[in-house]
Amino acid sequence: MAEAAESPGEPGTTSPRPLFAGLSDISISQDIPVEGEITIPMRSRIREFDSSTLNESVQNTIMRDLKAVGKKFMHVLYPRKSNTLLRDWDLWGPLVLCVTLALMLQRGSADSENDGGPQFAEVFVIIWFGAVTITLNSKLLGGNISFFQSLCVLGYCILPLTVALLVCRLVLLAKPGPINFIVRLFVVIMMFAWSIVASTAFLADSQPPNRKALAVYPVFLFYFVISWMILTFTP
Amino acid sequence: MAAADELAFHEFEEATNLLAETPDVTTISRSDPRTPEGQVAVAVGSGGGYGAEDEVESDKTALLQEPQPQPGFWTFSYYQSFFDVDTSQVLDRIKGSLLPRPGHSFVRHHLRNRPDLYGPFWICATLAFVLAVTGNLTVVLAQRRDPSIHYSPQFHKVTVAGITIYCYAWLVPLALWAFLQWRKGVRERMGPYTFLETVCFYGYSLFIFIPTVVLWLIPVPWLQWLFGALALALSAAGLVFTLWPIVREDTRLVASMLLSAVVLLHALLAMGCKFYFFQPLPLEHMAPAHQDTSLHPNVVLTPTPPRPMITEGLRLQSFSFRSNRRDTACPAPKMMSEGSLDISRSLCYFPDFSYKANTFIFYAKVIQRIYIKVGDGWLN
Repeated sequence: MAEAAESPGEPGTTSPRPLFAGLSDISISQDIPVEGEITIPMRSRIREFDSSTLNESVQNTIMRDLKAVGKKFMHVLYPRKSNTLLRDWDLWGPLVLCVTLALMLQRGSADSENDGGPQFAEVFVIIWFGAVTITLNSKLLGGNISFFQSLCVLGYCILPLTVALLVCRLVLLAKPGPINFIVRLFVVIMMFAWSIVASTAFLADSQPPNRKALAVYPVFLFYFVISWMILTFTP
Repeated sequence: MAAADELAFHEFEEATNLLAETPDVTTISRSDPRTPEGQVAVAVGSGGGYGAEDEVESDKTALLQEPQPQPGFWTFSYYQSFFDVDTSQVLDRIKGSLLPRPGHSFVRHHLRNRPDLYGPFWICATLAFVLAVTGNLTVVLAQRRDPSIHYSPQFHKVTVAGITIYCYAWLVPLALWAFLQWRKGVRERMGPYTFLETVCFYGYSLFIFIPTVVLWLIPVPWLQWLFGALALALSAAGLVFTLWPIVREDTRLVASMLLSAVVLLHALLAMGCKFYFFQPLPLEHMAPAHQDTSLHPNVVLTPTPPRPMITEGLRLQSFSFRSNRRDTACPAPKMMSEGSLDISRSLCYFPDFSYKANTFIFYAKVIQRIYIKVGDGWLN
């Protein structure tokens, strides 16, 4: 009882006795604010939350996931240093982007030559194994980012290059010529730079400062290869 | 204490005087003869000060002790030890591989017994992609000069480039390391390099080819050969200077054979890349040959590895041959772009396209005969 009276300005910081023993003994005077959070009520609130996701409608679940994916796309388009991409990672976005890229970059089945653009499997493997290799590289160099967080960031940052591919496809509908090529080259270079900026904004902080360049260079190589595949795409 | 008499450091005498003056101070006796005696506490101070000195001494002994046992190969930290490099160290190693100096072994001076796998892995990846990309760019540039050449992305070249470079950068050091281990008994003084050090210096020696490959875009033939020769000279010199301290204690015959095999393989890689990725024409001019990959059993089997490269050379040929249509003839001379090499033009007109494969077999048989003769001379 004397403790609470003698320790003003410490709201709620009673000594950690079990079961809040002696709480009833404390006489509360006017100048001691008794506020704070006690964990026990919070826990029951979380339990309510869990059961509510089980009972909610399918539309709610899907919309929540879609909103999360959309929010991450926005983070990539306007790269700021925020932790949302890193904290709540998911691989939906990378999967959708990778499949889109691979479907659009694959050469047509009518073309039986071996010379040609990449097959679907080649694009898929390059993107996923490239991302896994870069992640392993960054972890081996001593980075403190988790495996799936890094995959998530690298996958989401392919979004500008997918946009570049769509633009290139539209541009290729026009008359072929050097101007066509210059426009495509410019668009691809811009989006390549955007991808690199976006991914390094998220990934560079996780490395020790004397190894940042070592971790960023493979990202550069990865996006360079994807940009090359997009630039040499001929329908 | 007998060691102290031998070494007779001045400081140690002072320390013994100090210790004699204060006999109740705790001392750490060291039985390790390698530690320098000057490490014994010399600072004058109170008893508490001696306690601090003991801690400092024990820190120093910890540093000088045997290194901690390495974690097992199934743990992540085992592999992390191979990536324990900073940016500045990697750049320094790359600079060291670009400018080899006689008498300076890359392993001793730059690696300093801390090989890394970052450099070899990413240099090989970069080289593979740069080869494929610039090879494709030469077709683009050729098309701008001669619009009848058909452009295609040729993505299969990425796969071929990757497989070739990685096989070279890992199998050749493996064979070299195995051979040096086998010959370990002949040498007394220097131990051989570990496998990782071998992979490391081979990987870094490939770095010079990256700017060379980019410079091969310039469509002037003699300039391409000049750059190629320069890169090959620098790279092979680096390898030779690194291997020389190991090999010079061996017999002259084995030493010269080993070094010439190393240089020859490097040259084969460079020339193979030049011919395959930088063909001045698109692939339509080459009629396919028979894919007679049963040729390689005729190739000589020595402990040093000419064989993998020659089979790779044949495999490269069969890759390019398989990718062509069967019934295209050689184009007329006026369709050739200016940057073409004369050799490819003459090869194009040769009716039997096993010519290239036969050239390889011919040289392989020449080498085989040389080895047999030399081997007989060596054994006798």
